[in-house]
Amino acid sequence: MSAAAAPTRRLSIYLYRRPALALILLLAPPLLWLGVVYLGSLFALILQSFFTLDSFTGQVVRKLTLANYRDLFVASNIDIIVRTASMAAAVTVAAAGVAFPISYYMARYATPRVRALLYLGVLLPLWSSYLVRVYSWKLILAREGVLNWTLVQMRLDGVLNWLLSLPVIGGPSLSVSRLGMFVVFLYVWLPYMILPIEAALERVPESLLEASADLGARPRETFRRVVLPLAFPGVVAGSLFTFSLTLGDFVVPYALGNSALFIGQAVLAFQGTAANVPLAAAFTVVPMVIMAVYLTIARRTGAFEAL
Amino acid sequence: MASGVTRPGAEPARERASTSAVRFSHVSRAFGDVQAVDDVSLDIDDGEFFSLLGPSGSGKTTCLRLIAGFDHPTAGTIELHGVEVSGVPPYERDVNTVFQDYALFPHMTVGENIAYGLMIKRVPGAEREVRGREMLELVRLPGMADRRPAQLSGGQRQRVALARALINRPRVLLLDEPLGALDLKLRQQMQVELKAIQRAVGITFIYVTHDQEEALTMSDRLAVMNNGRIDQVGTPADVYEHPATGFVAGFVGVSNLVSGETARALTGLPATFTIRPEKILIREPGASVTDGMCWADGRVRDVVYLGAHTRYWVELDAGGELVITQQNVESTSMDVLAARDRRVRLVWHRLHNRPVETMG
Amino acid sequence: MAARAPTARASFGLKAATVAVLLFLHLPLTVIILFAFTTEDAAFRFPPPGLTVNWFGVAWQRADIWAALSLSLRVAALTALAALVLGTLAAAAVHRSRFFGRETVSFLVILPIALPGIITGIALRSAISLLGIPFSVWTIVIGHATFCVVVVYNNVLARFRRTAYSQVEASMDLGASPFQTFRYIVLPSIATALLAGGMLAFALSFDEIIVTTFTAGQQETLPIWIFNQLTKPRQRPVTNIAALFVIAGTFIPILLAHRMTQGTVEAGRAGR
Repeated sequence: MSAAAAPTRRLSIYLYRRPALALILLLAPPLLWLGVVYLGSLFALILQSFFTLDSFTGQVVRKLTLANYRDLFVASNIDIIVRTASMAAAVTVAAAGVAFPISYYMARYATPRVRALLYLGVLLPLWSSYLVRVYSWKLILAREGVLNWTLVQMRLDGVLNWLLSLPVIGGPSLSVSRLGMFVVFLYVWLPYMILPIEAALERVPESLLEASADLGARPRETFRRVVLPLAFPGVVAGSLFTFSLTLGDFVVPYALGNSALFIGQAVLAFQGTAANVPLAAAFTVVPMVIMAVYLTIARRTGAFEAL
Repeated sequence: MASGVTRPGAEPARERASTSAVRFSHVSRAFGDVQAVDDVSLDIDDGEFFSLLGPSGSGKTTCLRLIAGFDHPTAGTIELHGVEVSGVPPYERDVNTVFQDYALFPHMTVGENIAYGLMIKRVPGAEREVRGREMLELVRLPGMADRRPAQLSGGQRQRVALARALINRPRVLLLDEPLGALDLKLRQQMQVELKAIQRAVGITFIYVTHDQEEALTMSDRLAVMNNGRIDQVGTPADVYEHPATGFVAGFVGVSNLVSGETARALTGLPATFTIRPEKILIREPGASVTDGMCWADGRVRDVVYLGAHTRYWVELDAGGELVITQQNVESTSMDVLAARDRRVRLVWHRLHNRPVETMG
Repeated sequence: MAARAPTARASFGLKAATVAVLLFLHLPLTVIILFAFTTEDAAFRFPPPGLTVNWFGVAWQRADIWAALSLSLRVAALTALAALVLGTLAAAAVHRSRFFGRETVSFLVILPIALPGIITGIALRSAISLLGIPFSVWTIVIGHATFCVVVVYNNVLARFRRTAYSQVEASMDLGASPFQTFRYIVLPSIATALLAGGMLAFALSFDEIIVTTFTAGQQETLPIWIFNQLTKPRQRPVTNIAALFVIAGTFIPILLAHRMTQGTVEAGRAGR
């Protein structure tokens, strides 16, 4: 039947008799890349967090120590961590609140065609550059920018000035203030909250709501006792994104913040100019640990199915 | 009985090495704890239409895949035309398959699908076209070469799959329940056509099906499989008239399985036997019984009118129940349905009692 | 909240909230587009004093923008290529065989994109400097490819699952070796998944800023260029024009990929 076997054919026959080898060949490149290069560097990073930087020689001292982790508890560093974590929490809560109405509408009231359009509408911003979206807010929030102009038209500029005068969240201008950062974080991560909540709500069968009404519950109660608990895994799934993304971000704080650093900026600063990779590594472990804890809690609420 | 094979219907070893197309020698295929194929030995002759018949999960499709090369046996050897093929991949075996879902390539035309095997072998385009057209004629789909599979009906796709396999002139053709998705009329028509094509082309067909009527219609010989084992191998007449086990009797055609006390009451011996429903005659109670006949009295429990014939369930006085089938030669539906609850005497030739082992 | 009869209409409040959120999501980008045309230098005063296309000309002259743009394009193309090869190999292995570490492979593939960018960034940076490799285009590509593999992997695996395996068996049954089968049968069936995955990888890479900050040396991709301009108000409209390029370079490939896969959720994961 066959003519002189081509080399690829002979290779195929050889591998037919050795299916394990064929599998190894197939998996080797991606596994090498991801397993060795990526995982390897992660482990190297965690390992580095246990080394220290000799401030005189500028060299890394390869002796295992918890010095970096102790340094994390220095007041200024704790500040960084608390600052970042509380921003992440605030953004998460706000995102859940803002996302819920639109998710609810999409899941329960929209016709399939409208729902598809809304889905696209929520995805579209994600398709445009993340950096540019952050940058656009610099323009919007500027002292004479769009937002300011709108507020002036509505005669609400007094409210804005009052907000800006508040400590901690205020600042010289919205585009350089914690409040501004909050708005931008909310903006960029919002779709990541909308989609899982929508998915979770979609999965609530109509019959449950009807049963609840049938058993005498008014709409508000049905919402509180049936809809909300069932949507909760979706909220948790979305919060995984908003929390983790905020924890690690340095772009938004850099663009709209001041000298009060966030974790992401601290990592960048320490490994960059200070060349203190061990300390930077210790800093990155913080979001890793926080997210690991968060993930284990989240898995128990069933959020992974909502993803 | 040869070797360690104790299955009653299994083939005795035969001197057929020179014309054996496919030979299984103690082949087993296990998936974890499950034995999909359990110690199967089989000899399929060159040029015959051979069926593997059995219910789902009996291992027949697994056997087919073992022949094609998509799977390896965990024990035993398989020979194709005398050559052992355990290390030979499917693309090196002189075997082609017609798949249950046809597996036509959606991005190619019918013509390209059919000529695929030739294209792989670097047969020049002109010859591919000629042979492709021949094949389309053979399966009675002339002029369809430029259509796409999506535009064809189920029956047409099935014929394209057949043509695609046959064009390579394999020595063995495997067919995996190819008519399953077709309606009854089309299926019966295709059965006749397949048989005709097989006779015309003269190659070995190995046909897998769970439809015993199909197997009986088309095969030169067939094997009845049950739980990974072969219960019986033989010609259709053999298997139908002389079922080796209770399973075969029950699976191939409808049958009555009589055992224990009822058997003793009817035949004097407690040995298990089967009796085909169409061999039993229904008489008035008290009808005379000649020598060599068995008889039993009872009451008609239920009647089902099936158009060409009628099926009766009769509760025996001696215990148990028998199913009887009678052709509606002169009676109408009204007549037969009135038989319900009537007392009757059943009479049949002792010769038609087939003893079986009660395994399976 | 509206009454919960099956055919109930949503309350006005709910509809208003939905519209408000949609506006919130979409207006900022229109602002950028608007301010690419403003005559004013600082480029955020609203309403803009006038509109012009001059800034396009200015941007055209800027060598640094051209350099950044061409670097971004090169990196994105190389990343897409690497991601295509690695992702397809991984998807093929996972789909075909049942082996011990199957879920591990899926987990490993998704890890780079699931972990925060700074972790991936600094991990790769310290590994690269540890190995003494100079920072260059290639280190940027390594960084990008690592988290882009997953989009190709998901797309190709999903397509594999949708294709009947019997076609592969039929091809081999008819005499084609696995290589021939890949060429004639598998490749055509995954072609659009490959294209879509490649486009998504391109877009992800083109837009990427966080990991790139760590894995680039002196090179400036377009996002890095914009990043460096963030706190410098000089010639803002030019920055806006660069921003327009980035929007186009991310939006268009993703739109195409979305069309090709008929809008699966994979496209949604792209926006980081």
